[in-house]
Amino acid sequence: MSTSDRSTAAGTLRGGAGEERIAAAFADAAGSAALMPYLMGGYPDVETSRRLARAYVDGGADLVELGVPYSDPLADGPVIHAAGTAALDAGVTVDDVLRIGERLAVDVPVALMVYANLVMRPGFERFVGRLRDAGLSGLIVPDLPIGEESAEVVAACDAAGIAFVPLIAPTTSDERAAEVAAEARGFLYAVSVTGTTGERSALAEQFSDVVARAKAHATVPVGLGFGIATGEHAAQAAAAGADGVIVGSRLVRAAGEPDPVAAVAAVMADLSAGLGR
Amino acid sequence: MSSTPRTPPSPETGIERRYGPYGGRYVPETLIPALDELEQAWTVLRTDAVFQAELQQLSHDYAGRPTPLYLARRISEQVGRQVYLKREDLLHSGAHKINNALGQCLIARHMGKQRVIAETGAGQHGVATATAAALLNLDCTVYMGTEDMRRQGPNVQRMRLLGATVAPVESGRRTLKEATSEAIRAWVAEVADTHYVLGTAGGPAPYPALVRDLQRVIGDEAREQVLAAAGRLPDRVVACVGGGSNAIGLFAGFLDDPSVGLLGVEAGGHGLDSGEHGAVLTTGLPGGILHGAMSPVMQDENGQILEAHSVSAGLDYPGVGPQHAWLRDSGRATYVAVEDDDAVRAFRELSRLEGIIPALESSHALHHVLHVPAPEVDVEVVCLSGRGDKDLAHALEQLERLEGDQALAVTPRHPRGGARQAAPADPDAAGTSDAAEAQ
Ligand SMILES: Cc1ncc(COP(=O)(O)O)c(C=O)c1O
Repeated sequence: MSTSDRSTAAGTLRGGAGEERIAAAFADAAGSAALMPYLMGGYPDVETSRRLARAYVDGGADLVELGVPYSDPLADGPVIHAAGTAALDAGVTVDDVLRIGERLAVDVPVALMVYANLVMRPGFERFVGRLRDAGLSGLIVPDLPIGEESAEVVAACDAAGIAFVPLIAPTTSDERAAEVAAEARGFLYAVSVTGTTGERSALAEQFSDVVARAKAHATVPVGLGFGIATGEHAAQAAAAGADGVIVGSRLVRAAGEPDPVAAVAAVMADLSAGLGR
Repeated sequence: MSSTPRTPPSPETGIERRYGPYGGRYVPETLIPALDELEQAWTVLRTDAVFQAELQQLSHDYAGRPTPLYLARRISEQVGRQVYLKREDLLHSGAHKINNALGQCLIARHMGKQRVIAETGAGQHGVATATAAALLNLDCTVYMGTEDMRRQGPNVQRMRLLGATVAPVESGRRTLKEATSEAIRAWVAEVADTHYVLGTAGGPAPYPALVRDLQRVIGDEAREQVLAAAGRLPDRVVACVGGGSNAIGLFAGFLDDPSVGLLGVEAGGHGLDSGEHGAVLTTGLPGGILHGAMSPVMQDENGQILEAHSVSAGLDYPGVGPQHAWLRDSGRATYVAVEDDDAVRAFRELSRLEGIIPALESSHALHHVLHVPAPEVDVEVVCLSGRGDKDLAHALEQLERLEGDQALAVTPRHPRGGARQAAPADPDAAGTSDAAEAQ
């Protein structure tokens, strides 16, 4: 029931102000799809991370997915895992990342990508309250599948005006895809590959299948991520029907280069070109 | 009062997903269908006569079940009560882990999966999985931290000899926690044709229930055997707790016997105050999320998972299975911790008292039984979860660190010349006096 009335007016969005801002970002995106870069908060260090956030905005980011370093990132491949470990070793905390997000949220909507234990530790409501206070718009928890595990967090997000963004994967059945999509606020995160985050070479065939399944059930935009690294991939994702393109490992790899700002800017330019901007 | 906590089985499946507030499935979406598939498979197979007959026959003919329940003579004499050892160390491949590995590899075959992966700490679960995979003709990759590969060298060679690939894991402290994370990541990528043989009673549902069901043969056998041997139920049963599989297997046989105490012994490491241990239940930690389950876990104030420490690789784990957490909270089971040095000495002590070289993991439980007075106990069953061959080099190194190169010096038990020595013949006996006196 709520799925159908959601589209009638912005005022009824379950994800509140956060969801409204994300919806506007998709609506206003230039080119063939929204560009949604992932930033590992605090990598390689807090200061550089701030400058990289700036480079994302200057490079045309419509929404930034802000990652929180975690000790046991089960959904992440080697590049993001190593970056998170480096940030943790440098003493980066959740608060540091939220401060980066707060600054970034002045310019673009920010969705925090964070593992479940970090959300649970202070308590769901308190954690989500901190997101709201920092001006963030969305929450993505890769190890909190839709079901009884996620119910409390989703409720806390709704109460705080934060859009809860669930994921669907290539392995997700049609029946379950409907269930997951019905819980999506802001956008539905479609995982493009059966695997962890990381750059892949050939992807195009897999894109259409998972995007089609996501689009069949979603009443919110669909963002496609995991493995997208180049302008060519981005173009294929948009052609497959994705409303947004999420790029993680490629940008995190660039963040580790000797001149990270220049490296990140170059990747952003390539992605923008792929999206016809 | 009904002292046995039982969460009602989930109505659709008959396998619990939660134990009180603990458990659940905190995994990436990609794995949810595989967990559903496994849950459905086990719902059918756990009561399927053909499957159970096949498992039982292999357990019997191949793995060596039933294992003996041995009334440990000299231990019993020393502590002044009847101590029975459940001899899981005599199983093929040397530990209780084969009960679970055989069962899960059979399930994998029933699900049509050609490949299995596993994590391992001590290497025992890796060896057990490699063994079962060889037997059932499955491809096998075992994830193992490089620190554990160092501590448990012989098991690495065993796995390779058995035809498994050992994948070294370099992240974090290079122990069981990281190996498990890496195995889960690998499963995310290979889930279509691969079954993940999780080695303990933890992880996302249905693993805690599945592993318990496969390990409960320990407790079911022990119950029958102790009734036959002692003519009564034990006052308590004791097992070491890493993730909790041998303990839950033993406990499961006695859960419905309110007179039987359930005692789990965790890794006290360098001491509970040092923060370097694996005693998540004893220290009263609240629930967090690790490796797909909500259960007590060692974490910092932000929620980053901390590394555990134990001299034994199999107990070197910052989490624990969710059913144990619920047994603790409900008061049905009790958990205590034993420190590294005490476990290492118990390793030598059992070898010399009974001619049995125990796994360092099991040595934790043995120290508690040998040296902590238990005046209310007359009969008890201790799970000897594995044999200690894998630990020889590491344990001897530890003993030498503690006692110098005299660690294995031998004092004659029966000195010639008639006069009985006043001093205890065994260095370990020094620590045993209060236990003996308490009787
Ligand atoms: C001999 C032995 N005992 C105990 C354990 C601890 O595991 P669990 O608590 O699951 O029985 C291990 C783990 O490797 C082991 O090898």
